[in-house]
Amino acid sequence: MSDDAQSPLFLPVIFVGGLVFGLGLAVSGMARPEVVLDFLQFEDFGLVFVMGGAAVVTGVTFAVATRYLDHAPLTASEYTRRVKEFDRNVVVGGAIFGVGWGVSGICPGAAYASFGVGNYIILWAIAGMFLGAYAQGYVRSRLSSTTEGN
Amino acid sequence: MDTLTPLLVSDSLFPRGILPYLAGGLLVGLGAAVIYLATGIIAGASTFLESTLSYVSSVERFNRFKYVQSRDWRVVFTLGIVVGAAVWGLVLAPDPGIWTTDVQWWRLLGGGVLVGIGTRLGKGCTSGHGVCGVGSLSNTSLVNVATFMVFAIGTAQLVQAAGVSP
Repeated sequence: MSDDAQSPLFLPVIFVGGLVFGLGLAVSGMARPEVVLDFLQFEDFGLVFVMGGAAVVTGVTFAVATRYLDHAPLTASEYTRRVKEFDRNVVVGGAIFGVGWGVSGICPGAAYASFGVGNYIILWAIAGMFLGAYAQGYVRSRLSSTTEGN
Repeated sequence: MDTLTPLLVSDSLFPRGILPYLAGGLLVGLGAAVIYLATGIIAGASTFLESTLSYVSSVERFNRFKYVQSRDWRVVFTLGIVVGAAVWGLVLAPDPGIWTTDVQWWRLLGGGVLVGIGTRLGKGCTSGHGVCGVGSLSNTSLVNVATFMVFAIGTAQLVQAAGVSP
């Protein structure tokens, strides 16, 4: 992708982008597991507008930038879309993520935002996410060392 | 808790209204767009988990070049999310102040573990696949989002039916 610190503005822009992103998560209510659970239990469908609204903004941005803009000013990277390769893990991982989201009502970005609104109890979830990420990384590193690197 | 009739009324589909949801969603998209336009980076929230583990773990997977090379800005991105949410929750919100969840700790911890495994195995989360991937009209992301939605709804309804609340 891009080299860090190619421009003195690189980290400040990342921070400001994160700030707006986190502000949005807090405004939307996704930082509250109760709101997410209400959505998943069909009691409040508002979350459709969170994901939908955000995806429309990124969709238009990606479409315009990949078509009309040359390269990113701070890194000289070309503009691309987010297209990842499809394999079985995309479905298996999505299913495991879904069960976890349904149990807890919280996902990674929303968890960081939740901590920001003072919800220190969410550290249980963040600790769990690190444990889960560590477990899969440990297992996959062991597996790939017996087959081939990835 | 009445059943079908109220579902036809928009008030009961959206008991909190739609404005905060829509405004929040547009801001989430705007935050991702700012980073993308300036740097070309398509940000997701969950890679932070693995890239940050590379600071403290020698496990091979966390020390792949793309994680080690991006781990610093991912910490900054996450700090931005925390501070941005704090600015809303503690200052700008109509009822500013610290808010804490009533959802039980074991749900947060257990669900969090599965979220951590699933997002890394499935190559993304609600922001990477759900916002940026869907915005890219990526088939991989659309399949991932459809899968996690179905499983999340099924799980949440089962947990509710089992009488766990909140």
